Amino acid sequence: MMTNTGQRLTQGQFSFLPDLDNAQISAQVDYALGRGWAIGIEYTDDPHPRNTYWEMFGNPMFDLKDAAGIVASIDECRSTFPNHYVRVTAFDATRGWETPRMSYIVNRPKREPGFGLARTEGEGRSVRYRISSYATDKPEGERY
Amino acid sequence: MNKPVEDAVVTDANKRYSAGVLRYKQMGYWQPDYAPKDTDVIALFRITPQEGVDAEECAAAVAGESSTATWTVVWTDRLTACELYRAKAYRVDPVPNTGAGTRTEAQFFAWIAYDLDLFEPGSIANLTASIIGNVFGFKAVKALRLEDMRIPVAYLKTFQGPATGIVVERERLDKFGRPLLGATTKPKLGLSSRNYGRVVYEGLKGGLDFMKDDENINSQPFMHWRDRFLYCMEAVNRATAATGEIKGHYLNVTAATMEDMYERAEFAKSLGSCIVMIDLVIGYTAIQSMAKWARRNDMILHLHRAGNSTYSRQKNHGMNFRVICKWMRMAGVDHIHAGTVVGKLEGDPLMIKGFYDTLREPHTPQSLEHGLFFDQDWASLLKVMPVASGGIHAGQMHQLIHYLGEDVVLQFGGGTIGHPQGIQAGATANRVALEAMILARNEGKDIWNEGPQILQDAARWCTPLKQALDTWGEVSFNYESTDTADFVATATATA
Repeated sequence: MMTNTGQRLTQGQFSFLPDLDNAQISAQVDYALGRGWAIGIEYTDDPHPRNTYWEMFGNPMFDLKDAAGIVASIDECRSTFPNHYVRVTAFDATRGWETPRMSYIVNRPKREPGFGLARTEGEGRSVRYRISSYATDKPEGERY
Repeated sequence: MNKPVEDAVVTDANKRYSAGVLRYKQMGYWQPDYAPKDTDVIALFRITPQEGVDAEECAAAVAGESSTATWTVVWTDRLTACELYRAKAYRVDPVPNTGAGTRTEAQFFAWIAYDLDLFEPGSIANLTASIIGNVFGFKAVKALRLEDMRIPVAYLKTFQGPATGIVVERERLDKFGRPLLGATTKPKLGLSSRNYGRVVYEGLKGGLDFMKDDENINSQPFMHWRDRFLYCMEAVNRATAATGEIKGHYLNVTAATMEDMYERAEFAKSLGSCIVMIDLVIGYTAIQSMAKWARRNDMILHLHRAGNSTYSRQKNHGMNFRVICKWMRMAGVDHIHAGTVVGKLEGDPLMIKGFYDTLREPHTPQSLEHGLFFDQDWASLLKVMPVASGGIHAGQMHQLIHYLGEDVVLQFGGGTIGHPQGIQAGATANRVALEAMILARNEGKDIWNEGPQILQDAARWCTPLKQALDTWGEVSFNYESTDTADFVATATATA
């Protein structure tokens, strides 16, 4: 039988697959570029599911049309922040979308301690839940 | 009706409004020269006339009975701008493959235009009271089916539209570039709240984005609604913490009265649920009320189409599901069950494409093979997320993505909970199959043909997927569809 999870953050398009290698990342980048989407690279050490704004590793690369250049930027981000989460997001500027169309993780900390769930019992049987990453108990930059 | 009388429109006002009975054509409801205005609502009906009634008279009768006419002439018409308010049947075509020499009695398509001022702004109830009101019981037609409607931009702009829409739903959930995954809790009836929440937790933890109440789970003796909501939210929060990913459970707030539904929805909100659910059977007004509530309360609104097949499945009478799709996008739901093509429920691939396009596209051009009779500009109404549910499993992943695209919720109920190694394993099998297929599609692989191999490759390192494929790989539902296109030969998809 399967056991509990919690050892791997499952945000993003491909978290249930083995980590993507550079050739696979490059193919996904090509898919986005082929649709005219701009690639952005973001990193964080606070993977809370409601943490929308990861730090931008520069602006989205609106004018870079070459997957090799983008993969080089991804590598640069990963070597600068080897123990952070790094994700690649593809932004679509088409009317009616104007939103990310792809988002997948390309780097993870070596150890992912997961999240704690704290319950505050309220009126009746209602419970307020607070989810927090065990890693974020430490200050930013010292978490992983 | 049937006595032989003049057909021509009676233009002499004295004769036109003298007491008695005229044919509908004579009263002005058949106007073959009429050019519909951009602001007209247009309805396309499939009419099976009674013996001896000609198609144009039938069309005129439908136009009359769905707008201003009654069975006899009334002089009080002359107190109104009655020519404006009269609906105009302006075109009648025979339906292909019906009539003499076929197995189906003669049917006709009738195009009928309605002035915008016939309808209350922003009210599906008012629109439908005319268009599918008395006229469906009208004796002059043997059977009647509403096939499609062109809703003018001017009228669309009076509707809220989806409370959340696909774009904002994805942003809130932080899920992009792949279909969402769901499952309906099974068995649908009989579980206690505590046991029910167990199914929710296992499914979400295993990799699903959503779990779902079924349409007939409301508040029964074995499980009252408050208990269900409390245990489901425990499960949702536990699974969110286990995965670091946003999870949800469609809490069905369907109830006997609006007051009950508001109470249940408020409780769901107070517990932090991101989504609530209603059934189509609550009615158009209740749906619009809940859509407004959902917009006010940052809630995604899921609609289960319970009941639709009573009037949408048979081709000669009722209404086509594409019209329901249009009304529900106007009414303001965020999710609607719209067919799977390959699963256990009715669904011809071309028809389903018409439904999905109607829900998701900013503009749908006329496309007869998909059953879309009109160009329809959606006037920036948000997009509705279609839901594919009913007899689907991981082994069909390539077909599902091929037919349905990526802006869809794929719901594997039995295909998750019936997994031989348990619910979590079932969920993981589905998620791995999905991610592997999206990865391959984006890499440029031909998933329609290579799909089974892509799944087998992923199953080599994912035991739950291997077990799912071993269990259900060959299961398919090959029956002929009843609701098919009139303009091209079609085949039901084979799985």
